[in-house]
Amino acid sequence: MLGYAIKRIALALLILVVVMLGMFAMVFVIPGDPASIALGPRATPELKALLIQRMGLDQPLLSQIWHFFRAAATGDLGIDVWSKRPVLDVILEVFPQTLLLGVVSLGWAVVLGIALGCLAVIWRDTFIDRLLGVLSVSMISVPSFVIALYSLLIFAVWLGWLPAIGAGQKGDWASQARALILPSFAIGVTWIGYIARLVRASMLEVMGANHIRTARAFGLPETVVVLKYALRIAIVPTIAIVAIGAGSILSSAVFVETVFSRPGIGTLITGAVEKRNYPVVMGTVLFMTAFYLVVVTAADLLIARLDPRVRDVLRG
Amino acid sequence: MSALLEVDDLSVAYRAEGGDVAALRGVSLTAQAGEVIGIVGESGCGKSTLAAALIALLDANADVTAGEVRLNGRDILSLHEDARRKLRGRDIAMIFQDPMTAFSPVLTMGDQIIDFQQHTGLSRAARRERARQMLLKVGIADADLCLRRYPHELSGGMRQRAAVAAALMANPALLVADEPTTALDVTMEAQIIHLLRSLRTEINGAIVIVTHHLGVIGELCDRVYVMYAGQVVEEAPVDDLYHAPRHPYTRALIACDPGAIATRQGVLPTIPGRPPDLAAPPPGCSFAPRCPQADATCRSTAPPRVRVSDRQAALCHKVVP
Repeated sequence: MLGYAIKRIALALLILVVVMLGMFAMVFVIPGDPASIALGPRATPELKALLIQRMGLDQPLLSQIWHFFRAAATGDLGIDVWSKRPVLDVILEVFPQTLLLGVVSLGWAVVLGIALGCLAVIWRDTFIDRLLGVLSVSMISVPSFVIALYSLLIFAVWLGWLPAIGAGQKGDWASQARALILPSFAIGVTWIGYIARLVRASMLEVMGANHIRTARAFGLPETVVVLKYALRIAIVPTIAIVAIGAGSILSSAVFVETVFSRPGIGTLITGAVEKRNYPVVMGTVLFMTAFYLVVVTAADLLIARLDPRVRDVLRG
Repeated sequence: MSALLEVDDLSVAYRAEGGDVAALRGVSLTAQAGEVIGIVGESGCGKSTLAAALIALLDANADVTAGEVRLNGRDILSLHEDARRKLRGRDIAMIFQDPMTAFSPVLTMGDQIIDFQQHTGLSRAARRERARQMLLKVGIADADLCLRRYPHELSGGMRQRAAVAAALMANPALLVADEPTTALDVTMEAQIIHLLRSLRTEINGAIVIVTHHLGVIGELCDRVYVMYAGQVVEEAPVDDLYHAPRHPYTRALIACDPGAIATRQGVLPTIPGRPPDLAAPPPGCSFAPRCPQADATCRSTAPPRVRVSDRQAALCHKVVP
């Protein structure tokens, strides 16, 4: 298990480096000189040169990459060109908002998804099962920004039940919770559908397995059969999907935070790209990739904990 | 004296789209304590449904349309689900066909074999010790290691030995083994047959072995029921079945057994045709379409059960007492 954990973490670090190299390449492909955009059309060449120097853009590419990685390894992601604050501080200031949004979205996607999936299994092949199927597929197919825009229109504009923009008053939990409902609904709804389908399929598969019949043939109570023998296996694909979902939810957050004007990583990175604020772009991407890899690696380790076969296959 | 196990005119149908499928059609059999019964037939003849009925664990889409399964005089199929559950693992135990999938892949063997003894009310430590003793008895030398292992870390033979041990630990009145050696290679098969033979005396109740393998029947059983298309077509003591089979299907089955063919031939003999569709069984004898002796009566009228001795009977028009 330890060897497997080390292998997974090493792989995660490698992915991180590859992503950052890719990110560097992309930043240099994007047209637009950051200094001209930052300083406007009437900037003098001297000012531009100064800014380019301060951003380190005059140095050779390889040296830029080297400096970036060396600094990143010590937790220094550079200085925000605009606000002159450390990028890490800027990220950490807004990250809790995105994390909260993601956790709440995924949280009720998991709760509702597992519940709907189990209902479909209980009422298998009935009208309810088919209705839940249609509902799930509809939820999967509608993109989160469409849900975001329409829920905004219906609940905030027409009905006026919920706030349209912002993250609520600081220190006022009720207002913050109310501001979370629409955005987390917009993000989570796709995942309710996914998880419901997945839980249904894996529960049906597991309940038909021979070892469930064995457990029943030895007279184990049905609760033990379902909770100890079936759910433990059926939950594995769901964990994997939820971990991958963490990544997808971060990208949905970019849309949804923009639509709802919520502070967060999404609005931060959109603004930074528009202003060619490269240290913030790079820092945010690095931070989010690292976060995503932590989640996925943790899920892999959890799955290996739950399923000894995975452990053995990966040990080789 | 009534028998330990009596299956009386049992009919089971599966609900399916486009009509019910009659998997068992009036099956009757008996087994005394200490007896080993064989049930043999080709795939789809209803023998696995019969095995499931014997342990009162039919699928949700199966209906008992007639008959009873009586264990010590009590009809187990009419019991409430909770009472049936309590029979299983205590009065009735089962050895499954495929040791590869019969155990949960995510729990250790020990964890499962300990769970399987839940009705004993013993502590987990005591159950573990019982399991250890029984594993040693079925020939697993390092029983402690086996209990710590996950199923996929054991060989097929080891898993099937463990399955036998789990079943024996119930000390059942009825032990049902559904194709106990089918998923094993030839050496393992011989070992498990040997094991079951040596353990016969350990079991006070009756053993029912369900298989398509005549060799297994010959090695292990006292009496045999031959099934075809959901019916028992012949019942006989094992020696009589091999030496004086009366039903044409039994004869064909024995002729097709690769182990019993004395002279080497270019092609394996087969029974031409295929079993009838059990959603719409033929009006006459089910075997008539494939039977070399069949005539017009066979095709139109259901055959009688003809007793040829007090222990042998065949379901056939052509058999004379």
